[in-house]
Amino acid sequence: MTSFRRSLASALLFVFIVLGFASSAHALPAFARKYGLRCSACHEAWPMLNYFGQKFKDNGYQLMNDRDAPIWQNPSYWPVVFRITPNWHRESTNKVLVDTPAGPNSGEVQVTSHGFDLSGLDFHTGGTLDKNISFYVLPSSDPTASFHFEQVFARLDNIFGSPWLNVKLGKFELDNLVSEKRILTLTSISGIYQTYHFIPQGDGNIFGQIGDNQLGVEWMGHSVNDRTRVSAALLSSSDGNVNLSYGNSYSGFFAASQAFDVGKLGVDRIGAYAMVGEAPTTYITQNGGSIIPGAAIGNKSYSREGFVGLFYFGKLDFLAVTQHGSDSAWFGAGYGDLPGGTIVNNNIPGTTLPVGARAPTWNGYMLETHYVYSPQLIFIQRSEWERMSQQADPTSASNFGDVDMYTIGYRYYPIMTSRAGFAWHNEYSWTRQRGTAPDGGDLSSSSLLLGFDFDF
Amino acid sequence: MRATLLKCSLVVSVTVGVFFALSGSASAQITRYQEDQRLGTESHIGNVTGHAKAAAMDYRRYCVGCHGDDGDGMGANEPWLDPKPRNFTLGQFKCRSTPTGTLPTDEDLFDTIARGLDRSNMPPWNTFTRQQRADLVAYVKHFSPKFQTEKPGTPIQIPPEPEVTADRIKTGQVLFQKLECWKCHGVEGKANGPSADTLQDDQNRPIKPYDFTDGTRPKCGSSDQDIYKIFMTGLDGTPMPSFADNVKPDEAWDLVFYLRTLQPMHSKERQIAKQLGLKPIDPNAPVPEATPAATPAPAPQQ
Ligand code: HEC
Ligand code: HEC
Repeated sequence: MTSFRRSLASALLFVFIVLGFASSAHALPAFARKYGLRCSACHEAWPMLNYFGQKFKDNGYQLMNDRDAPIWQNPSYWPVVFRITPNWHRESTNKVLVDTPAGPNSGEVQVTSHGFDLSGLDFHTGGTLDKNISFYVLPSSDPTASFHFEQVFARLDNIFGSPWLNVKLGKFELDNLVSEKRILTLTSISGIYQTYHFIPQGDGNIFGQIGDNQLGVEWMGHSVNDRTRVSAALLSSSDGNVNLSYGNSYSGFFAASQAFDVGKLGVDRIGAYAMVGEAPTTYITQNGGSIIPGAAIGNKSYSREGFVGLFYFGKLDFLAVTQHGSDSAWFGAGYGDLPGGTIVNNNIPGTTLPVGARAPTWNGYMLETHYVYSPQLIFIQRSEWERMSQQADPTSASNFGDVDMYTIGYRYYPIMTSRAGFAWHNEYSWTRQRGTAPDGGDLSSSSLLLGFDFDF
Repeated sequence: MRATLLKCSLVVSVTVGVFFALSGSASAQITRYQEDQRLGTESHIGNVTGHAKAAAMDYRRYCVGCHGDDGDGMGANEPWLDPKPRNFTLGQFKCRSTPTGTLPTDEDLFDTIARGLDRSNMPPWNTFTRQQRADLVAYVKHFSPKFQTEKPGTPIQIPPEPEVTADRIKTGQVLFQKLECWKCHGVEGKANGPSADTLQDDQNRPIKPYDFTDGTRPKCGSSDQDIYKIFMTGLDGTPMPSFADNVKPDEAWDLVFYLRTLQPMHSKERQIAKQLGLKPIDPNAPVPEATPAATPAPAPQQ
């Protein structure tokens, strides 16, 4: 490869990795150590939870056996865990606009890069401060060790002795039944759920990404055996960014689900969720254009509604999610976000929408399948389809920006202890987005990853 | 060139993975399931039939770390746990509806698995399906030859629960003194009786009596019926004896009511005790005569 292609490739690679690995999973050998449980007790396949693990989490990281308070631990016990994934990966994109070697602006080429690499690093600490007061703190880094707080909260559990009353405050993952933070797929393409992050082309609403941890307060309730779960959260419309960087606007997230005992097959669960909220489009500036943080106005609305099903057939299980999304026409026209902290479109007085601008709407579909050969070996596939149903710009092709994503892989866990987690991960993903290549054609990329995923 | 590299890496990684997977499971299976003949063990809970064979994977996923591959309680976590995980090969269980010294019923084990054992690391496995639990019951049973040769005991008869009255609570208190519960559990139920510090279980490991006052739940269930069962069947393998030979079935209810007054939770019994101004027993005072239970001094048996 020429040096230019190499640097372009590494730039791409960097972006991929930040995107792919920024998501942080909560697999906590600290809990396993505290209770003497194996990873497999709480995780269908680490880091994804099973029903027992979900109940443990819903109880505030407690087994409810009167041994949950930290007083029961050796005083030197500190529940800290790190997770990282050294790997080899290969990334390829079909159409990338390049200056060289073919001359200025002249080439649209396939770019492929591969090599040995690292994921980001997560430091999880979580547990109970006392019986029925739980916490979680997760400083998380990219592969260059630049840290941010991915998750920080304290939670009052089982208020008045009732599992229906739990309140947490801080930055946390929304109560999604299919948890992106416990995702089993790790490539630059599959490391997030497209359905939870899809944004139409040109749309400025970054606030409705239900896969991102958000800042707010959440009430959550569940039945003793966790068959019924409900939650409601009030969130700052900031997509989890600190320092009140946007405006004084809020969103709500609501989720409810019910599980059914289906005899020999296992337990199935169905549920629904919704996120509705407002976010700003007007930024107040001073001194010649610098933004006054947290003062943005001009709130516009958006909504996401989804259905979720978890279906078990013995060793085979399916996770299905469908989500409908809708943004105000203002977001559709590119107002809202501040990419890199700068204003692209500002809805100042007198601003009008482009002629014919409409509120974009779309539907997302996701189907993930697991074959759990044994607690130590799991095969995974996931397919996702994001389909625009109404483009903001009526002149856009009806499928402009649609995404297809397919991934297939397996994880093998050679050890089963209550001290550490270790997985051999191997996965191949492919994605295509309609009409977003430089030439207006379809943009497709693939990613292959082999790695050791471990935490201790 | 690229395509070749891609293919090569795919082939290599799949081969490595499959090798790992097969080597792991093969060696595990041969050593683990030698007692094939016992894997036919069944359990019957209502209309659900549990099969030991069907629970092998769940046992490995959820239980092995504590109870061990061979069910002998020697899982990897055993050194760090207190109380120790149950050794299933002995066929001896704490929570039973059956007389002391006998095997528990399938329902007893079925309920225990969902309830967990409070004040121990045995979690409540109440997210499982009924079928999963029934299969696990059969699996727990398959470890002990006792289940092949003996039948479970006949569950004790529990008469219908009478109305709580002040008299019944007072009678219960007399029984608490007379049967010497206080020697282990303490006069106020604080687990500080004169014998409390000397107690050992059948494996000669130190064990503490239950503290009625700290708000924790009894291991074998917290309903009135459960408490009745606890002292009428005993917790086998521990110094907590069965009093079935020393208490008449109806009087046993009086004792249940009195035990409720020791617990910190709000209860009708506690309210009545407060109105009565009930004082803890004085172990040095003679046992009041007015008790209907005229049985001689207890010889708690195990
Ligand atoms: C984290 C450790 C741990 C795990 C995992 C665990 N147990 Fe236990 N189990 C214990 C301990 C400790 C005891 C003994 C508690 C006591 O004596 O108070 C116990 C006791 C039991 C008993 C005896 C109850 C009685 O009446 O004496 C049964 C039955 C049982 N466990 C079944 C299971 C099954 C089935 C699983 C898996 C689904 C399981 N356990 C997983 C720790 C564990
Ligand atoms: C020889 C000592 C001893 C005597 C006498 C005794 N207990 Fe216990 N008891 C224990 C011990 C030890 C335990 C705890 C067993 C365990 O945790 O596994 C216990 C536990 C209990 C429990 C809780 C069981 C559970 O499921 O957690 C109850 C209720 C109880 N005893 C009632 C009584 C009553 C009522 C009497 C008198 C009729 C009595 N005990 C007499 C030693 C004793």
